[in-house]
Amino acid sequence: MALLQIAEPGESTAPHQHRLAVGIDLGTTNSLVAAVRSGTAEVLRDQDNQPLLPSVVRYFADGRVVVGHDAKASQAEDPQNTIVSVKRFMGRGIADVAKYGALPYQFEDASGMVRLKTVAGTKSPVDISAEILKVLKQQADKALLGNDDGELVGAVITVPAYFDDAQRQATKDAARLAGLNVLRLLNEPTAAAIAYGLDNRSEGTFAVFDLGGGTFDISILRLSRGVFEVLATNGDSALGGDDFDQAIAAHWRRTLGIASTDQRDLRRLLMRAREAKEALTSNSSTESDLALSLGQSIKLKLSREEFHAMTDALVQRTLQPVKKALRDAKLSVEEVDGVVMVGGATRMPHVQAAVAKLFGREPLNNLDPDKVVALGAAIQANTLAGNRSGDDLLLLDVIPLSLGLETMGGLAEKVIPRNSTIPVARAQEFTTYKDGQTAMAIHVVQGERELVKDCRSLARFDLRGIPPMVAGAARIQVMFQVDADGLLSVSARETTSGVETRVEVKPSYGLADDEIAAMLKSSVSHAGEDAAARALAEERVEAARTIEAVEAALRKDGDELLATDERAAIESAIAELGEIAKGEQHREIKDAIARLAHVTENFAARRMDRSVANALRGRKLDDVKLS
Amino acid sequence: MAITLTDRAAKHVQNYLTKRGKGVGVRFGVRTTGCSGMAYKLEFVDAAGDEDQTFESHGVKVFVDPKSLVYIDGTELDFVREGLNEGFKFNNPNEKDKCGCGESFNV
Repeated sequence: MALLQIAEPGESTAPHQHRLAVGIDLGTTNSLVAAVRSGTAEVLRDQDNQPLLPSVVRYFADGRVVVGHDAKASQAEDPQNTIVSVKRFMGRGIADVAKYGALPYQFEDASGMVRLKTVAGTKSPVDISAEILKVLKQQADKALLGNDDGELVGAVITVPAYFDDAQRQATKDAARLAGLNVLRLLNEPTAAAIAYGLDNRSEGTFAVFDLGGGTFDISILRLSRGVFEVLATNGDSALGGDDFDQAIAAHWRRTLGIASTDQRDLRRLLMRAREAKEALTSNSSTESDLALSLGQSIKLKLSREEFHAMTDALVQRTLQPVKKALRDAKLSVEEVDGVVMVGGATRMPHVQAAVAKLFGREPLNNLDPDKVVALGAAIQANTLAGNRSGDDLLLLDVIPLSLGLETMGGLAEKVIPRNSTIPVARAQEFTTYKDGQTAMAIHVVQGERELVKDCRSLARFDLRGIPPMVAGAARIQVMFQVDADGLLSVSARETTSGVETRVEVKPSYGLADDEIAAMLKSSVSHAGEDAAARALAEERVEAARTIEAVEAALRKDGDELLATDERAAIESAIAELGEIAKGEQHREIKDAIARLAHVTENFAARRMDRSVANALRGRKLDDVKLS
Repeated sequence: MAITLTDRAAKHVQNYLTKRGKGVGVRFGVRTTGCSGMAYKLEFVDAAGDEDQTFESHGVKVFVDPKSLVYIDGTELDFVREGLNEGFKFNNPNEKDKCGCGESFNV
């Protein structure tokens, strides 16, 4: 039978309706999958009760793929077909990969991303990452669903805060290949902050200190209104816990005179070094034996003081990027409300002490630093899958391109700027252009360009039944709302009469990331051109509006209030403006508008006098006293 | 009759409550949904209801509303691990029939 988990009060799911979602930490060295069960986030272990899956994939000639511990163990045997740390190649071209120095892989250049030649054929970093994700997915399926025929709703996958669009897209593609539905990509430091429940606070600034196996990242996050914003990131891509192991191994080789160059001996020495490092977290000294391949045995000893002294330089190297990140975020250490420790290497007491000293406060370290990112991702996944009440929903997605609508003259008016976090709702007021206008066409567009023709058209609809009013008197509120799934609904409402109409669209539908990138790029490269086009369109609209208003006034009062020559002067100014407005020079149009305004000054004054006189006619002075 | 917890189930409930940081026990009950008529529910309890019956075994309080009790009286809750999957299992003597997955049942 199915096994039940304890639910929060009032939130029991109906049978067969478990909405299971997992959080995945797709790491450079190790990957983990976690889920919320019975109200608590926990890492899902594999058959051997291991929480960490080494991010190592080995390909065999017969097409077999082995992932994890077994692949890692055979790394030395078959380096060319055993891919380690594939995360470094995600979304990267061959030029980027070259800076990692000598690697045992055969790279092949391909558009966008490198490919790796293996015995099982050419593989892209996306394919390789997908293999890791597949294993994690199986692990999750087995752990969560049992014999049940339910299905995983999806996963939240974490990425480093500095990942660019290409790297994020590659991660998403890998998940799709592995058959995972990506609910969201979450920044690793944000996931760590969520795991510590920092998102329950109303606001604050936090530093996330992430010292992993081979990389160091520091991120400064600001929380406001439930949304984490990454203020600054910094780090050292060639500094990690492994360097501490190397330091110990080098120290032993030097002091104990281990001259062996046998690869297996060196690996064993490194393993002892790692064990010593881990032991020194809770013990003040450690001892072990190293059996060399020539049969000789060496006693290895290390005290915590020695270890700290020889690796102090490494610890100091982490502090520089921290200071830089704080400077970039324009913050002093006193302004940081909390420090979160991530990555196994932050267990080392002297790392803890150095961080505590720098920030003047004890870092948060009561969660397992290896698991904290996955746990945070699981909590986020659980929320996104709809297993928690809506009020504590945390959403971090942003709108990739601005959303707006078309205004007179073919201009795009942005209502929601790009990079706004969703869900978001913005309203803007528009008005009618002509007297007695009873309908308005709303054209919803997406893009960064100034002219509608350069943007992407999303939807068109009409607002009808506006009560007839003079131009500019109607107040039409157009509301743009984007919900958590990126679904846009636009509603238009005339506020005096309450007439309303609405439309729903999915703005990101059918837009690949490279198209978005292309649209963004074109907005930058056409910035000058666009500004000129906007100025011209605006003046043209203004010219047409002015002509419209003057002609309306002429029809009404022209015969009564104007002498023939005055009227002729106004009419010629109208004609001149009409002609110039067809041209391309916005300054000339502006001048012509000014000239028309100038020749109509007397006319306007007389109309004003008369309407004041009309208003006062037949009234006593007392009635019109300013009340 | 009563509702009982095995030692292991009690330990896990206690564990979850501690991790959750609040709550006085668990609520065990039934709802009239599911493919065989009724479904179990298991939830944390922050405050007991007026009509709740309380059972205690191995130091853990189980709250049951009287309407549910008729269907589940005598049930023993156990915590089991089946392969990679783990969770609570019910041994309900009233159960006559259940759907394939055992999540919903009939009396």
